[in-house]
Amino acid sequence: MLEAALSQTLYGLSYGLLLFMLASGLTLIFSMMGVLNFAHASFYMLGAYFGYQFSVWMGFWPALLISPALLFIIGAAVERWGLRRVHQWGHVPELLFTFGLSYIIVELVQVIWGRTAVAYRVPAELDGPVAWLQGLGITFPQYRLFMMAVAVGMLAALWLGLARTRLGLVIQAALAHPQQVEALGHNVPRVFMLVFGTGAALAGLAGVVGGNAFVTEPAMAGTVGAIVFVVIVVGGLGSLAGAFIASVLIGLLESFGKVSDLSGARVLGWLGMSVAPDHALQPLLALSLSQVAPVLPYLLLVLVLIVRPKGLLGTREG
Amino acid sequence: MHAPRELRFRPLNLGRWLVWGLTALLFVLLPLAFRQGFALTLMSQMGIMIIFALSYNMLLGQSGMLSFGHAVYSGLGAFFAIHAMRAIAGGTLAWPVSLLPLIAGAGAALCGVVLGFLTTRRAGTPFAMITLGIGEMVFAAALMFPELFGGEGGITGDRTSGPPFGGISSLTFGPQIQVYALIAAWCFACMIAMYALTQTPLGRIANAVRDNPERAEFIGYNAQRVRWLMLILSSFFAGIAGGLSAINFEIVVTAENVSAARSGGVLLAAFIGGAAFFFGPILGAVVFTFFAVALSEYTKAWQLYLGVSFVLLVMFAPGGLSSLLLMNLRALKFRKFGRLRDPYVGVLAAAAGMALGGAMLIELTYHVTLDAGQGSVLSLFGFPMDTNAAGPWAFAATVLLSSLAAFAFYQRGFRRTWEAIQQEIENSVRDNPA
Repeated sequence: MLEAALSQTLYGLSYGLLLFMLASGLTLIFSMMGVLNFAHASFYMLGAYFGYQFSVWMGFWPALLISPALLFIIGAAVERWGLRRVHQWGHVPELLFTFGLSYIIVELVQVIWGRTAVAYRVPAELDGPVAWLQGLGITFPQYRLFMMAVAVGMLAALWLGLARTRLGLVIQAALAHPQQVEALGHNVPRVFMLVFGTGAALAGLAGVVGGNAFVTEPAMAGTVGAIVFVVIVVGGLGSLAGAFIASVLIGLLESFGKVSDLSGARVLGWLGMSVAPDHALQPLLALSLSQVAPVLPYLLLVLVLIVRPKGLLGTREG
Repeated sequence: MHAPRELRFRPLNLGRWLVWGLTALLFVLLPLAFRQGFALTLMSQMGIMIIFALSYNMLLGQSGMLSFGHAVYSGLGAFFAIHAMRAIAGGTLAWPVSLLPLIAGAGAALCGVVLGFLTTRRAGTPFAMITLGIGEMVFAAALMFPELFGGEGGITGDRTSGPPFGGISSLTFGPQIQVYALIAAWCFACMIAMYALTQTPLGRIANAVRDNPERAEFIGYNAQRVRWLMLILSSFFAGIAGGLSAINFEIVVTAENVSAARSGGVLLAAFIGGAAFFFGPILGAVVFTFFAVALSEYTKAWQLYLGVSFVLLVMFAPGGLSSLLLMNLRALKFRKFGRLRDPYVGVLAAAAGMALGGAMLIELTYHVTLDAGQGSVLSLFGFPMDTNAAGPWAFAATVLLSSLAAFAFYQRGFRRTWEAIQQEIENSVRDNPA
């Protein structure tokens, strides 16, 4: 029982960290440029497909480096020749631009790689369960552990880069007072381009790492995209710490929800009540938690909206 | 002294009567001009989409709410309608089929009351994200109750099951032309109702909330409540569109009617037409349905074309087609269009070349990846082409690159003339106010 719970916790944590890899890039871009990048999950999907293609051509490890680099270039190009042009018309056209972009990327992916899932596999070196956890009675794939390590490493690098480097300080300053920073002689549009490219590269890295842990298919952007938006709203718009808490929360919710057979009927059973099979609410009460697992993140969203519309750690309304 | 008589100046608004009269005439004349079954299906779907896109624009254009989950309301409305239709067939509900959209609209509005309360708690970007999340939630939840939503297969109904319309035994909504008439009538009524709504105090205060919520709050309006009210009304009309689609197709499927793709579709339609004008979404709905129904008959890549046109519009004409149209009409009215004619010829010819070359490349690639099983030869614009030969690829690339170069050359002159003309018009409007 305890082992199963620990293993589910690890699964949930690894999924949550992957979500946070996406949410952090999205939050960074949003709080800096005010742009909600609708195509962020599409970058994640592109990362996964690039990861698949390059690991077919030259193996997983080069792919791990090349795909994020390519996505950095794509992201920077999108900012330079697309977003910067739309920027003059305000935030809604910016959002719509990235929305249209996500539409195009899904189609392009289908043109190039087909409409079904591709066989993007975990590298042979990392296949199989973790030995020392197995000794403790917990079966947990090595690759998931690697995924967590990549996420933590990436986040540490991001934090160091933002807090400890000169460029990071310029970025933070441009976040708060863009005009002031521009007056000091920094090229703020170029900083924006850099941030957007970095955000895309982070999403790409998440894609390379997550694509083979889950499924690499054209629908992946849609499924993950909605969840990442939920993460950001639940955590509080523009708050990295909030996004972290929300990601882990949703990751755990998913992994525990999936294996639980708790249902309304069972809860009533504990209270000594039973539901007649022809009762009007029977279909609702008979649903087990594992069946409603896909809806759980959204229910969390609804709950947070009712109790705390700003989000867990959000500070601003708009 | 008696109280001064209240003076009112209410001229007959001839222009408005003319526009609405012509619209009604168009609805009547269209099926006479296009008699084929396909045209009728297309026009029926256009009518449904017009209502849906207009209801969407009540949010986007009039209240400044960018929603990514509007299909929830049309989809749930469609489910209300199809269940009511089954109840009519089963004899448990006495209600004419022609008024089914009313049930759908009321049901959708009810959903709007509940879900809208959640979504409209935030405005702006959070609203967009929340609607996306709520949309996904409703979609996933609907799949969990196959008894109610029919699961993967959907729920079917029979539109001819009710009593005939007006007691005339041949008017049972069996033939498509009768369905078209029903849709046209509802579409016309909804257009008038939604236009009338823009003229009411609520419609006006929604514009104020869109432009400056803080000021609207200072003059005593609760911005959140205004957004909520607009969303409820908008979901009512979306529900009518959903109800009509239930009558039109006689089947409602969760994966289609409540999907994120449909929410995205209505957003594209409204924006392509132009959210700033009332008639914009009508134009957009016609164009979008043409893409989705007519073009999808010819090519699998229609969504790619739609996405590319959408992104180009966002980048270069964020006002949509209607604003492009009006700007050109204005140039015409100020007798400056002649100067634009020659630049237009160059730019449009180059753009057509780009579209041709690009479309050829896309079609060839699509054929290679998706239809490889059907051999290497495809028919493109009536010409057979072999994807294994270098010729078609080279031709397409040449057309694309040369017209790209031509476009880069011509667009400079066009832009200069265009900007000069718009500036001149603005100056003359400012100097001689009407």
